[in-house]
Amino acid sequence: MNEMIDNLLATGLEMWSWFPADWQTFLLILGKIVLILVPLMICVAYITYAERKIIGYMQIRIGPNRVGPRGWLQPIADAMKLLFKEVIIPTKSDKFLFLIAPVLSIMPALAAWAVIPFDRGMVLADVNAGLLYVLALTSIGVYGVIIAGWASNSKYAILSSLRVGAQIVAYEIAMGFALVGVLMASGSLNLGDIVEGQAGGISSWYIWPLLPLFFVYFISGVAETNRAPFDVAEGESEIVAGFHVEYSGMAFAVFFLAEYANIILISALTALMFLGGWLSPFEGFVGADHWLGASSLFWFFAKACIFAFCFLWFRATFPRYRYDQIMRLGWKVFIPVTIVWLFVEAVMVVAEVGPWAV
Amino acid sequence: MMITDFLFFAFAGVVIASALGVVASRNPVHSALFLVLTFFSCSAIWLMLEAEFLAITLVLVYVGAVMVLFLFVVMMLDINVAKMREGFVSYLPVGIVFAVLMLAVMVYVVGPVGPDVMGTAALDNAVRQAADYSNTEALGEVLYTDYVLAFEIAAVILLVAIIAAITLTLRRRPTTKYQTPGKQIKVKRDDRLKVIKSDAEVLK
Amino acid sequence: MNRVKHFIKSFTFFELLKGLSVTGKYLFATKITVQYPEEKTPMSPRFRGLHALRRYANGEERCIACKLCEAVCPALAITIDSEEREDGTRRTTRYDIDLFKCIYCGFCEEACPVDSIVETHIFEYHFEEHGKQVMTKEKLLEIGDKYEAEIAANKQADAAYR
Repeated sequence: MNEMIDNLLATGLEMWSWFPADWQTFLLILGKIVLILVPLMICVAYITYAERKIIGYMQIRIGPNRVGPRGWLQPIADAMKLLFKEVIIPTKSDKFLFLIAPVLSIMPALAAWAVIPFDRGMVLADVNAGLLYVLALTSIGVYGVIIAGWASNSKYAILSSLRVGAQIVAYEIAMGFALVGVLMASGSLNLGDIVEGQAGGISSWYIWPLLPLFFVYFISGVAETNRAPFDVAEGESEIVAGFHVEYSGMAFAVFFLAEYANIILISALTALMFLGGWLSPFEGFVGADHWLGASSLFWFFAKACIFAFCFLWFRATFPRYRYDQIMRLGWKVFIPVTIVWLFVEAVMVVAEVGPWAV
Repeated sequence: MMITDFLFFAFAGVVIASALGVVASRNPVHSALFLVLTFFSCSAIWLMLEAEFLAITLVLVYVGAVMVLFLFVVMMLDINVAKMREGFVSYLPVGIVFAVLMLAVMVYVVGPVGPDVMGTAALDNAVRQAADYSNTEALGEVLYTDYVLAFEIAAVILLVAIIAAITLTLRRRPTTKYQTPGKQIKVKRDDRLKVIKSDAEVLK
Repeated sequence: MNRVKHFIKSFTFFELLKGLSVTGKYLFATKITVQYPEEKTPMSPRFRGLHALRRYANGEERCIACKLCEAVCPALAITIDSEEREDGTRRTTRYDIDLFKCIYCGFCEEACPVDSIVETHIFEYHFEEHGKQVMTKEKLLEIGDKYEAEIAANKQADAAYR
């Protein structure tokens, strides 16, 4: 038996070495991408289930419980249904842009995961400008929505895409400023280095010195993903479904995949930048050899889950903001708050107060 | 080297094709989207030149913000293309002259003929930096030491422009009625309602 | 002072946290969902479902074709034709209820002087063909025969309140 496995491994290795060196790196990277995307897609599928369950529970309902035991197969049933539905293209729409819009919205949501470190050294691309890369990619996610709204040739859709355009540009600035705070604290744009800068237990996480920036970042993140209470882009009570009124079947599903992938991305980023990513909160209290004290993938996952839960919790709690209030919050509250706190932080850095004293 | 060459030509091809598309497409929204594609491919080429900070900033600023606002405006336009094309032929000779002039200048500045103004000859033996070399850090160091004055002046000019734009657009027509949500929320019962005690009267 | 209070309240997310705590509490509240096909809510004896025509204990149909139900029906769902039977009594030859028109108000039941037309507890029914929604006299009598015991029990339970 063992011999057979050894033989198989040996032939496998031999076949591997047939590939030229370039191909080997290419295939390795491809393998890593699959290793990140497949669990991500499963998470996306199950966060839709979690959303329906949690919001149901908050409304004293049970939520989906018919497909499979306790409804666990519900996301798969949903996906199957959407797969087999017809994609209807409106007659006067811009067909090419109409079909490429969902792709444009999911592409940045997935590509941003390239620089997210899951554990020490567990990252697809360990680039120096990781933070900037993430910021750039989240900012181009808006194109999918804008193009979808315009290409549909529908009044509701274009209203929605106009709302999204202005909203995202406004919150992008606040988000960027919040990230500048993180950058000043860690002195690095590399996400791995940012996490390592927070080593030393719960008290040295950036959330404490950067508390206002943390709130601004997370709330802007909610606004960036067009989630309740900032979901004027969908605004089902005003503009039906906003930019995806005209979409059906898989094209519609891809928009949803993008939205939920973005939720997980924002949760993961908040966990990385403010809650110390994979670092254990009990560092220093429990020894590093105990599982509670050791930094691991588990902590990263747990922290991201807390934020993802908050997204769902907000949706169950808050009514939708009025559009002018959203703009007011973005431009007149968040941006001044971040600028003031950046100033405070700069003074703290110069005075060498705080955990990051350089 | 093979792959990087291939990538360079692929991206360069996309840049040229989409730049042509910006000028040639009939629909202004398509033009704007072609421009986005041009920026994007340019940033890919910059990335291959190891200028990752500039590349990402190009995407972040131009693609992520400027072009979004551009599209925002263009989407709401209803341009009659046929009318715009009127007199295209009569402008053509002037256009061609200017195009040729610009091409000549560009060839003179960066091309193989003429004086090496941009120092492109040095590009051939450019130093490839180590993997841990941070473009961002290097740029920041120069920006805040050698060129700090120019940098600050540029920042101030932009600030002035922002404030000017806001003051120009911020006008209140006296006839229009506005809501102030903050005041609406903060209103208390006593601000609106006054309960007056009055004695009961008997009608005669 | 009020302004300061408002300022502090909004920057500490006081109201938002209050809202979140409400939904957070309900997350752990006992769920009240009734799992429908397996569980059913209790039903009043006055429940107004599918119609039925009843008979006397000796097998004679109760309906005397007085057409009070037809007259009172606000949706004009009932159509009655009648003629004299061999024994000299007036009986219906046709008693149709169009269930698409019917609004289940129960006026027919109230109007009936002989407790003939009643509304039963049956509410899980469907039609698969056009025209099947018209309940004919035969069908109504059949339902009445089948559920007579239940109908009688419901009438009995409600009698004290009339």
